[in-house]
Amino acid sequence: MRGLLLYIILSSSITCFSQQVNLLTVDQLNQRIANGKDTAYIINFWATWCAPCVAELPHFQRLQQELRNEAARVLLVSVDFRSKLESTVKSFVRRRKLKNDVFLLNENNQQEYIDRIDSSWSGTIPATLFVYKDKRRFMEKSFTYPELLQQYQNLK
Amino acid sequence: MKKVLIIVLAVIALSTQAQVTTLKPGESAPEISLKNVDNKQVSFADYPAAKGFIVIFTCNTCPVSKAYEGRVEELNKKYASAGFPVIAVNANDPAMSSAESFAEMQERAKDNKISYPYLYDEGQKFTNQYGAKNTPHVFLISKSDKGNNIEYVGAIDNDTENTSSEKISYVEQAINSIQNNQKPAVTSTKAIGCVVKRKNQS
Repeated sequence: MRGLLLYIILSSSITCFSQQVNLLTVDQLNQRIANGKDTAYIINFWATWCAPCVAELPHFQRLQQELRNEAARVLLVSVDFRSKLESTVKSFVRRRKLKNDVFLLNENNQQEYIDRIDSSWSGTIPATLFVYKDKRRFMEKSFTYPELLQQYQNLK
Repeated sequence: MKKVLIIVLAVIALSTQAQVTTLKPGESAPEISLKNVDNKQVSFADYPAAKGFIVIFTCNTCPVSKAYEGRVEELNKKYASAGFPVIAVNANDPAMSSAESFAEMQERAKDNKISYPYLYDEGQKFTNQYGAKNTPHVFLISKSDKGNNIEYVGAIDNDTENTSSEKISYVEQAINSIQNNQKPAVTSTKAIGCVVKRKNQS
């Protein structure tokens, strides 16, 4: 019973904090994937200024909701300017009531980090990385919800 | 077996849709001839004295393109007289967004008093030939007796936000090298940019 209570408190506090936007380096992202072991990660690279990215965000929200009982996490990694974290990104996340884990990429050098995320990436957004165990698929395109779900299912 | 075939076909269909081959440094640059915002046709042949061209695939709406507008104007002011004029092409299909129409291009050119041509790419012919992927996407071209050669492909500089004291202007560096009869040290770069809106893509 106490365990359940603790769980409720913990999970509700996670819900409260989930609208935060934290900075994330590529190393931290890779570490998180490595720590996840059997968890599938769907990592969407987006920006508040990118119209096709914003248009597909609800699909990523829905995917996380649908997969809530599976070992799967949807991460939204914004490539907005770091100077826009407070003024733009956080208010965007609040306004849109984004429930996913949202991050702002904490990297300086595009020449370096784009290749480290995936060497096939031209830098165009939206782009999405699917990772499950040793499987890795990087796609530089927009998704409909069925397409997104299909990609996730293909991964597993 | 049938299922496998369907999956294979689906994968092929997906990959062909997403596949746009970007021309690389060292390859020859297709001769561009398109309608400018002033309704006059502009082509490489109109610049007999040019030593090359700074071809920039851009658009009306992309925030990254907008962030670079001032710098594109500066590039043209600085290098057109040195033989490397800017030629901008709207890479987006206006059918995907009315904000990318020819009339909107004219409006934008007027508002920003741009000194370089801003060309309308009917059917995205040259956007696809060059394989421009994101905006702004630069192809720096040198002209020689043997034809037009692509020297550099990628970003204008490494500082979209334009706030770093350590900004590297790739295009300027590449032009300086060509002017000194050298190959550019950096011939291709990547940058975060807006996806080119193509008709067959969602």
